Amino acid sequence: MTNEKIQRISLSNLEQNFLEVEPGLTTREAVEESNRCLYCYDAPCIKACPTGIDIPTFIKKIASGNLLGSAKTIMSSNPVGASCARVCPTEELCEGACVLNHSTKPIMIGNLQRYATDWAIKNEQTLFQPGESNGKTVAVIGGGPAGLAAARELARLGYDVTIFEAAEKAGGLNTYGIVSFRLPQKISYWEVEQVEKLNVKIRTSTVVGKDISVEQITENFDNIILAVGMAHVPNLGVEGENLDGVYDAIEFVKATKSGKLSNDLVGKRVVVIGAGNTAIDGATCSVRLGAENVKILYRRTEEEMTAYDFEYEFAKQDGVEFRWLTAPKRIIGDERGRVTGIECIKMKLGEPEKDGRRWPVAIEGSEHVIPVDAIVKAIGQTRHLELIESFGLNHAGGVVKVDQGTLQTSNPKIFACGDVVFGKGLGDAMVVTAAQQGKDVAYAIHKQYSVVGTAN
Amino acid sequence: MADLRINLAGIKSPNPFWLASAPPTNSGYQVQRAFEAGWGGAVWKTLGDPILNVSSRFAAVSFNGQRVAGFNNIELITDRPLDVNLKEIYETKKRFPNHAIIASLMVEPNQEKWHEIVKRVEDVGVDGLELNFGCPHGMAERGMGAASGQVPSLVERQTFWVKEVAKTPVIVKLTPNITDITATAEAACNGGADAISMINTINSLMGVDLDSWNTIPHVAGKGAHGGYCGPAVKPIALNMVAECARHPHINVPISGIGGISNWQDAVEFMLMGATGVQVCTAAMHHGFRIVEDMIEGLSNYLDSKGIASVSEIIGKSVPRYSDWGNLDLNYNIVAKINTDVCINCNKCHIACEDTSHQCIDMLTDVNGNDYLKVREEDCVGCNLCSIVCPVDGAIDMVEAARELAPLTWNERQSALSVAVECKADVTK
Repeated sequence: MTNEKIQRISLSNLEQNFLEVEPGLTTREAVEESNRCLYCYDAPCIKACPTGIDIPTFIKKIASGNLLGSAKTIMSSNPVGASCARVCPTEELCEGACVLNHSTKPIMIGNLQRYATDWAIKNEQTLFQPGESNGKTVAVIGGGPAGLAAARELARLGYDVTIFEAAEKAGGLNTYGIVSFRLPQKISYWEVEQVEKLNVKIRTSTVVGKDISVEQITENFDNIILAVGMAHVPNLGVEGENLDGVYDAIEFVKATKSGKLSNDLVGKRVVVIGAGNTAIDGATCSVRLGAENVKILYRRTEEEMTAYDFEYEFAKQDGVEFRWLTAPKRIIGDERGRVTGIECIKMKLGEPEKDGRRWPVAIEGSEHVIPVDAIVKAIGQTRHLELIESFGLNHAGGVVKVDQGTLQTSNPKIFACGDVVFGKGLGDAMVVTAAQQGKDVAYAIHKQYSVVGTAN
Repeated sequence: MADLRINLAGIKSPNPFWLASAPPTNSGYQVQRAFEAGWGGAVWKTLGDPILNVSSRFAAVSFNGQRVAGFNNIELITDRPLDVNLKEIYETKKRFPNHAIIASLMVEPNQEKWHEIVKRVEDVGVDGLELNFGCPHGMAERGMGAASGQVPSLVERQTFWVKEVAKTPVIVKLTPNITDITATAEAACNGGADAISMINTINSLMGVDLDSWNTIPHVAGKGAHGGYCGPAVKPIALNMVAECARHPHINVPISGIGGISNWQDAVEFMLMGATGVQVCTAAMHHGFRIVEDMIEGLSNYLDSKGIASVSEIIGKSVPRYSDWGNLDLNYNIVAKINTDVCINCNKCHIACEDTSHQCIDMLTDVNGNDYLKVREEDCVGCNLCSIVCPVDGAIDMVEAARELAPLTWNERQSALSVAVECKADVTK
């Protein structure tokens, strides 16, 4: 199986390697699968979906041939429902909750969701209309899943919304952070377009604090939503980190989604450091960029890795090697400043940490050098500290504090959602959770005005 | 292995599975292939004239993604000349002497015409005749098929004409497109039929195309009703067979037809009075090879029940079929949900809550687990919950303690009339 998969990687046509891996359901498959859904009452799949999509209803609509209605049902609950159809860990969410787990096999909810949203994309449907203007203005900083979801809901409620997006295109993680062979960019673009069609203004390539000042925003908008997500990968803190050939996994994946693919890794040896979903992305992208050998180094074991099981399986099928209990000690370069190797040290697991994962301890004298041509760092993400502080918001290590009831930050005019409020130990930072937080913030803002409106 | 041979009014076949008069029995090539596959008999596609080759012919309905829940045709009787058919019947019978070949016949309601065709087909060695008084379209406009079959006197008279000359057993095939099929069944018996077969197809329009607004199927933009068959018609056919089987004046063997798709369907028809069955749609959907499972499944069923011959099951359920007036008004069943099997889809709850008697509660136990419970005192034993339940064994309908002695409607009414005659106060 491994060999089969590797043989499918083309070294002459890298673009082909980045085409979506999973084929969508055929019409016949969708009809059969949708008819298998029990159409449960008070269905557990709905409760398991962070955005509360009415799953039995959208599936019933596929069965009846009402695909427009189906796509609307999905997207009304989840403004990034087309992306989520592809990237949600469905076996841990909706499909994991399907009652058929207890009798036959769960419904392929993700695939059906993709079928309905793909139909809407292919048929260029516009699913929603803007609400009647209420004259209120909202600035959304960050056009990722949380920001888009907040903007979409506010626009439907009649708000005048402007999104400030640092990148060239909106969509955030969905546009740049998730590998193309899982989520093609056109899916994310369609979701962005759906938001734009509600008269939401999206100012791309606009970095708040640089291209527009924080004051300009606070003065010109009635409310502000901070949805900037997270930043780059932190430093490993080892020697040689600035050598040519050391990449930040986020930037590395983004490069595969921006313009022409580089041939630089063809036939090369790559090491990825870290074992989360981003590390897997770095590794599988390396394979698709033609790397001859790709290893993931992780200082703990398979048990502690945070990547989803299906991602782990996917990487293994791609021929990615895993070196457990191995930590980087030093990156070695040649006289031209290019990476040539990485010195590692073997680890053993000690006592459990606060998060329950066992702390790795170095084994003295186990140092060894792995010859490599490139290193991809995927050991987490830093926070947009500077921006958060320039808004004067209370935070804990870059995690913005919000009132759990009102979703306001320490500045009542400013709300926050998405990864920027996502603290450590809160489970997975999923696209679908960010989308729900965006919706929640939109409703919180609306509630503010609605309460005022009905108080007299 | 149980003995699967049947003898229907003198027509013998190695098993009860015959192919009905329909497209699968249009030619010697097909019937011989069928016999090779294991079919016990074949009713040859209806012979008669004129010979017309028409298109289009078939349509089917899907149900929840399943193909051919029901099937319909607007084709006519045989599309090949009588001489060719007779030659092939002769050859087929010669090659398969132990299999039953029955000629289906349809001619104008004319004594001479019937005499002529009966003689010609009997000359080539058929085992029996089946008079097609059921075809609902095409032939009916010309006074044949269902046009004859809907008029009891025409059924009786034409059967009589056939019996005047027939040397082989005569089966009269009845149309379901009539209010009470026992009326025509009785007429067939009065005309001297040796057996009856039912049902022929039911008048149907399969659908309308949502884009073109044409009928399905259509012939150059026009449609007409066709004949409906396939799994969807089985309950209708089974009732008609049962009604004839329990009728005191209908005392001839029945060949059961209508949506029979497997050995289980065949067993049901035979328990309800059929001596054998005829199949068409299932073969059209899957090919002749399906008979292998029909034969094996039936045989295994009989073996598992310790029954030596399939003929022993014929009509065994007929005494259990009656009029509503003979059912016990005081019989009491209630639903019981087996929470260990239940998967909590809550379909029983919503079905009962919205459309029946609001007696299934969604509850949470002390451990926070959801479960469903029937309030038995409010349950009327309608079966709806167990019907919609997607899991076998999750809901049982169980007999509840009886509060009153058995009493049927008919008993109640006769008791009341006695009471009225006596002018007694029945409330005391």
